[in-house]
Amino acid sequence: MTGIVVATGQVSEDFFRDRSGGGCIEENRLFCPGWVIENADRYLGPTLEHLLLVGSAVIVGFGLAFWLAVLAHRHRWLSSPFLAATGILYTIPSISFFFLLLPLTGRGMLTAIIALTAFSLQIIFRNVATGLRNVPDSVRTAAVGMGLTGRQILWRIEIPLALPEIIAGLRIATVSTVALATLAVFANGGGLGGEIIVGSNITFKTGIIVAGSIAIVMAIAFDGLLLVAGKILSPWKRATP
Amino acid sequence: MTDTGDSEPLQADPGREDDRGRSGNERRASTVTYSEATKRYPGSDTDAVHELDLKIPAGEICVLVGPSGCGKTTAMRMVNRTVEITSGDIEIDGASVLDRDPAELRREIGYVIQQIGLFPHRTVAENIATVPGLLGWEKDRTYARVRELLRLTGLGEDLGDRYPGQLSGGQQQRVGVARALAVDPPLMLMDEPFGAIDPINRTRLQNEFLRLQATIGKTVLFVTHDIDEAIKMGDRIAVLREGGRLAQYSTPLELLAKPADDFVRDFVGSDRPLKRLSLIPMAGISLWQAPVVRAGETADSYRSRLESADLPYPLLVDGEDRVLGWLEPDALDGAPVPSVPASPADPVIEIDSTLRDGLSQLLESGVQFAPVIESDGRLAGVLSIEIISEFLSTGDGSPLQDTVSP
Ligand SMILES: Nc1ncnc2c1ncn2[C@@H]1O[C@H](COP(=O)(O)OP(=O)(O)OP(=O)(O)O)[C@@H](O)[C@H]1O
Ligand SMILES: [Mg+2]
Repeated sequence: MTGIVVATGQVSEDFFRDRSGGGCIEENRLFCPGWVIENADRYLGPTLEHLLLVGSAVIVGFGLAFWLAVLAHRHRWLSSPFLAATGILYTIPSISFFFLLLPLTGRGMLTAIIALTAFSLQIIFRNVATGLRNVPDSVRTAAVGMGLTGRQILWRIEIPLALPEIIAGLRIATVSTVALATLAVFANGGGLGGEIIVGSNITFKTGIIVAGSIAIVMAIAFDGLLLVAGKILSPWKRATP
Repeated sequence: MTDTGDSEPLQADPGREDDRGRSGNERRASTVTYSEATKRYPGSDTDAVHELDLKIPAGEICVLVGPSGCGKTTAMRMVNRTVEITSGDIEIDGASVLDRDPAELRREIGYVIQQIGLFPHRTVAENIATVPGLLGWEKDRTYARVRELLRLTGLGEDLGDRYPGQLSGGQQQRVGVARALAVDPPLMLMDEPFGAIDPINRTRLQNEFLRLQATIGKTVLFVTHDIDEAIKMGDRIAVLREGGRLAQYSTPLELLAKPADDFVRDFVGSDRPLKRLSLIPMAGISLWQAPVVRAGETADSYRSRLESADLPYPLLVDGEDRVLGWLEPDALDGAPVPSVPASPADPVIEIDSTLRDGLSQLLESGVQFAPVIESDGRLAGVLSIEIISEFLSTGDGSPLQDTVSP
């Protein structure tokens, strides 16, 4: 392997393995498919890590946010403090959150997951709370008047009606967590961010494009899945545009 | 509640149409009694409803009417405890609502709210099945009941699978009523149930509900701010004034004939006489008798009938008593009765129209009197403007006590 264009010395020689030849690397083209095929395996680990980061952050974030929002909905006096708390989470720049946590939880995946969870929680909380609040009073009044208990109203009326809003929150949270999780690498949390950093330190760009594309595809896939799930779960929304 | 099984399927039995107001085993209806029932909302320094005393007999429609904000909705909602009573009491069939578990109480009372409040995420059928579901009805029974109600409320069974958002305003109102009727409750609370709807459909829904009520005979507490609707729907009307005070509680006729004070007089409006007329069917008043003649009869037969008649004009009818038209009294001097009238009978008023409709027809044709016919076309009598003005001048408003003489 001679004539390699760059190297800041941070990647091994092996990185530029390209048995398909064709001079793509030598000419430093923007995208070298041959190289991608050759090196596909190096993205498997980071991709799985990324999925783990996003999955656990969104699932835990949703679990917490949902109950907090329901609690705030049933006990109105809780909703102001909750909103303030999530508001603070919202204003902390996401990346600094990783660093804020470092002294507490150290470097590692846990730190990354905590930060990402806080991030998704705050988005989902707002949407669940808005969804519950937007249930028309007339619907609630009718439900009370027919003898539904508070719990029945919550589970049979309010949550189903808030579902489109809740799913919308999940979509935003998931897509942005996929993006944000690329920063987990700063907390040594793994994910696709590592490959992006590697790629940004060399002029050979194919690696960065691959890592970025995987993240984009992941975001689109999650978004699409949630979109479909939302449609299936709220057929009445489709019937009444 | 003394009733057996709280969900006897509703039977549309045309044979019982006219015993409205009766409560029996098949037609369960409650008596509702307000005793100094008062509501003051927290933070307010006046009562929204003040010491309301009201007794609603079983099987009747009692309308709460009054200007906006006078406390109608509040007064109604105290019954199912969706508004808690501040002081006083409300009893249903002698049992205080305060001793009941609110959710259980509410399931036994049909409730149609002002803004309909259908559940947008549930189909029409699922909406109607709400309370049966809460009471744990079996699937088959609920299904049969839903179908029955869809028919009864004129919605049609195929609408059951739609979502509320796919219905017109009028259809939504019907679903609201069907949902409230689901477990055949002995008491219905209806808060401006036909409010948000155009006048034509409102009239249709009102008529449909009255027809339905004639078979089901519920006790209905009905709120409206529209005095015409109150007069049309109510067996009794409670007029509330600002602050939830009862201004008058009486039958529609009494209310129109003898408003208790200036507030009621103003509220009822300056067209009270016309409103009274709209409550009286032609059959409820003594009509004039015309001297009836048939073609070929002699003038003598006319003269003998003139004795007992209320007007001098001979009315020509055919062999089956169907009205042909008016004759000139002079034309009968000596000659036999002709077969063709001198002037056609125009208008002819139908017996099932109201006095108001009759008056309107007289005025429109510019005549003083006109024949009234039975539904089979036979002559029933003659309506005149004089009958109407005499009816109105007897202030008590009960039509059958009117004496009509020429
Ligand atoms: N939940 C509430 N809290 C405080 N005040 C209330 C509440 N609901 C109603 N009120 C007040 O009580 C009074 C009666 O209200 P209510 O809704 O019973 O009137 P209404 O006769 O039904 O009026 P409308 O014809 O406009 O429906 C009004 O002055 C209203 O502002
Ligand atoms: Mg009201």
